Amino acid sequence: MTPAPIHIAGERLMLDPAGVLVWPARKLLVVADLHLEKGSAFAATGRLLPPYDSRETLQRLALALRRWRPARIVALGDSFHDAAGAARLPPAEATALARMLGGAELVWVLGNHDPVAPDGLPGAAVEELAEPPFVFRHEARPGRIPPGEISGHFHPKATMPTRCGGVTRPCFLADAWRVMLPAFGAYTGGLSVTDPALAGLFPRGARAFLLGQERLFSLPLAPSRARVA
Amino acid sequence: MGTLPEPFAAWFAGRGWTPRPHQLALWRAAAAGESTLLIAPTGGGKTLAGFLPSLMELAQAPRPGLHTLYVSPLKALAVDIARNLTAPVAEMGLPISIETRTGDTPQNRRARQREAPPNILLTTPESLLLLLASPEAGTLFAGLGAVVVDEIHALAGTKRGDQLALGLARLARLAPGARRVGLSATVAHPEPLRAFLSPTGAPEAVRLVQVKGGAAPELEVMLPEGHLPWGGHMGLASAPEIYRRLRGAKVTIVFVNTRAQAEMIFQALWRLNDDNLAIALHHGSLTVEQRRKVEAAMAAGKLRAVVATASLDLGIDWGDVDQVIQVGAPKGVARLLQRVGRANHRMDEPSRAILVPANRFEVVECAAALEAVRHQELDGDPPRPGGLDVLAQHVLAMACAGPFHPDDLYAEVTRAAPYAALTRHDFDDVLRFVEDGGYALRVYERFRKLFRDAEGMVHVRDQRVARQLRMNLGTIVESPLLKVRLRGGPVLGEVEEWFISTLLPGDSFIFAGQTLRFEALDAMSAIVSRGGEGDPRVPAYAGARMPLSTWLAARVREILHDPRKWRLLPEPVREWLRLQRARSALPEKDGLLVESFPRGGRWFLVAYCFEGRLAHQTLGMLVTKRMERLGYGPLGYLATDYVIATWSAFEPTDVEPLFDEDILGEDLEEWMAESSMLRRSFRHIATIAGLIEKNHPGHEQRPRQMTMNADLIYDVLRKHEPDHILLRATRQEAAGGLTDVARIGKLLARAKGRIRHLRLDQVSPLAVPALIEEGREWVAGGAEDALLAEAEALVAEATNGAEIFNEVLADVTEGIRVRAGVVDKPRHRDRPRRSRFIRSMKTAGGA
Repeated sequence: MTPAPIHIAGERLMLDPAGVLVWPARKLLVVADLHLEKGSAFAATGRLLPPYDSRETLQRLALALRRWRPARIVALGDSFHDAAGAARLPPAEATALARMLGGAELVWVLGNHDPVAPDGLPGAAVEELAEPPFVFRHEARPGRIPPGEISGHFHPKATMPTRCGGVTRPCFLADAWRVMLPAFGAYTGGLSVTDPALAGLFPRGARAFLLGQERLFSLPLAPSRARVA
Repeated sequence: MGTLPEPFAAWFAGRGWTPRPHQLALWRAAAAGESTLLIAPTGGGKTLAGFLPSLMELAQAPRPGLHTLYVSPLKALAVDIARNLTAPVAEMGLPISIETRTGDTPQNRRARQREAPPNILLTTPESLLLLLASPEAGTLFAGLGAVVVDEIHALAGTKRGDQLALGLARLARLAPGARRVGLSATVAHPEPLRAFLSPTGAPEAVRLVQVKGGAAPELEVMLPEGHLPWGGHMGLASAPEIYRRLRGAKVTIVFVNTRAQAEMIFQALWRLNDDNLAIALHHGSLTVEQRRKVEAAMAAGKLRAVVATASLDLGIDWGDVDQVIQVGAPKGVARLLQRVGRANHRMDEPSRAILVPANRFEVVECAAALEAVRHQELDGDPPRPGGLDVLAQHVLAMACAGPFHPDDLYAEVTRAAPYAALTRHDFDDVLRFVEDGGYALRVYERFRKLFRDAEGMVHVRDQRVARQLRMNLGTIVESPLLKVRLRGGPVLGEVEEWFISTLLPGDSFIFAGQTLRFEALDAMSAIVSRGGEGDPRVPAYAGARMPLSTWLAARVREILHDPRKWRLLPEPVREWLRLQRARSALPEKDGLLVESFPRGGRWFLVAYCFEGRLAHQTLGMLVTKRMERLGYGPLGYLATDYVIATWSAFEPTDVEPLFDEDILGEDLEEWMAESSMLRRSFRHIATIAGLIEKNHPGHEQRPRQMTMNADLIYDVLRKHEPDHILLRATRQEAAGGLTDVARIGKLLARAKGRIRHLRLDQVSPLAVPALIEEGREWVAGGAEDALLAEAEALVAEATNGAEIFNEVLADVTEGIRVRAGVVDKPRHRDRPRRSRFIRSMKTAGGA
């Protein structure tokens, strides 16, 4: 796996093809939209999806943690699919989560799906985390902002035209002010970067980094006024 | 029992009719309480034969309550039959009530029908299952005397047929005395239909009444006056000739093969319509009201022609149709005869029909079909086992009807022919799936849909489960659809969501017979306005193309092999074959012709196997897997009835190993599991089985990006519980429908040492029609990442790696506007076509 460096607000950040962002200077790893226990949330409404999504998501996260060995992990909200999700996390998965932290500090930024702190799990919950020059929040704040916002929420995906047709992948989105992470959860779908809700946050255009098996593929996106929203 | 009782005898005499022998035969069978399968050509008075015994019983002993249940594959047909039945009943003054019940029946009438059921109820398999799923089913059906299944040949062997067979098995328990009547068009193999209808699953329990003959149809092939197209299935080149034929006939049905084709032909005919003939359009994506309007106008004799898809295939009586035109290849002999039978709905006069092939291959296909009709040979598929997904839906429905014991339900479902060989193990797994998902990891105890009491009886948990079932019942899985709505106006119909996703505001497309301008997308519909400029596109629909019957494919192969048979073909086609012989070679009888050539930035490989599309699907997977291993970077492949075509990033130089017998030995299963085809099967199965819902209470307006992606579920389930019942069902379907391994083995053995590989500079004449086919399969693997890298590098090169170049690059990349799976088209095509296959998103965080 080859991560890609980007520079924002004078700092160097690494984008990992697994879908996590790392701030090496602070040994900090960011992951967005885990949507743990989405399967059981659906099951509660009669849709009995395979109950392996949390296990799958955490196994993938464990691999990323082993690669980077961060001191601090920031989960950018919607870590659980619903407010009761943390309580439904099977004991085996909760134990696995505690073990994979390996002494690292865990920060739960709260999201719209999980507006309350997860009970009985390690880590502290915050509405947003300010760590100058960066601010880590669930949903990007529209309009002009100072450089250095790291967010999730939108599950961005992009389609790159190739000589054999378009290839669609989840992606990071970045401009000089913001970085947006792809959703990490096993059952999370994506929202196209051409959607007005997303394009509007990057009025001066952006760069999409599509997730590949071993590396990222970068795709420039036009300013939203030039693109058809 | 040679003469009918009054008032029937008088009614027949009044119209100058005498009862036909098969009508009397069905009466005799009914009197003996026997079930009967009636096979008769169109126009044989089939429907009346099916109902006559019921009418006589009810005339003799009038009674309240349900006496006869009629099931048809089409809502419109049920409505039509009700109308046709009401007339004689009124004329004879019989005290018999007749009503329909379909998805379109208003809520209040449904409630009333449950309280006071009519004597004769006409319905569809879906509506029947809904009735059977209600707790009142026992009372409703207790007095049932007869079940009539119409167009049974169109149901047996499909998932809807599976559903109906299970419903019939339940009816047999609620009303053991009810006899069954099956009505079928002429088929090649009546035995499976008898078994399908049989209360025991054995064909012997059903009496067979077969009406032979009818006048032989008069068929001709019509070619366009100008250039005969190389490829495409639209047949637009023949529009002037079609129009001329419309003018020369009273009423014409123009049958086409796909909805997109219906739109195009309709537009083309109207452009030529200087005489202002009343020409209408009828296909499954138009709104119900629109279709009813067309049907009514047709019945009232107000139309000169209607352009229709399979939506008009089945038995609705259109009165005075005197001409049928089939545009595009007929694909199967039985289907062709069914369509031809729409003209002259009388048995003793020949039906007239005109075949209009759209391209050169289709000309050969039409010639083959004509030969087959002349020899009175029909095609047909052998029966396949019933789907486990359909069974899952049925199990839940039966639980909603009332508690059951698993032993009893197992005994009941195995009396339905499609499930006669169902193992108890599979049944139990399906039941467990319905109960709590059936996962090895048993964490859904709290969310069970069913529970078992101390006696082992299975109960449904609550009413919400029943409501969910009702909202999602059915076995027809469509791609996600979007309504098309005129700005400030009505809904025109529905198109597949992926198609809209390829449009930009301002793009125009053809739908519902008009050119529309796409304006915007709101929560659940595409907003359009009339008019629009530029070259309009045409929505295509996934799965719309009909596979050619393999049997007809064999006849095509014979004609190609044997230049002496070319006399059956018109000159332009002979010329085409001669051109193929000159530029490349003709496929030989025992060898295997393989061509390779570069085109549009990739390498194509075309193998002329003639084993039918289903075998080619599997072979395509195996060949591309070997190509992957040899480093050719396969990107996708396509299976037609005649050939497989693959395309790859690099030139396939060594062709022999691709068709070596040992490709069968490689881990076939794992490779297949990755294929887009199995993913598609899984999506269908998961939807029918109830894992993914089409509708969820309170969630009708879900934002689209939140709908659950079947691909993600498939990946997680395959990794963590590969033996889950739904994955087994997916593999079973693939094995039944696609993997004809023995057949492929024979082909490979035959081709060994006889592969003739021709490296061409360009596409060969014979390969052109194949390359314009739809229905591509994608190859999973490294190739996609390689392409991404290439595209990225291209962009970087074009911009010298500058950091701020968004606008420049947007111009570059958006100027390309490539669509997944598009193959370069020959220049003389009527319209630019785009692929109907848009790649769905892969696993999040794929690594």
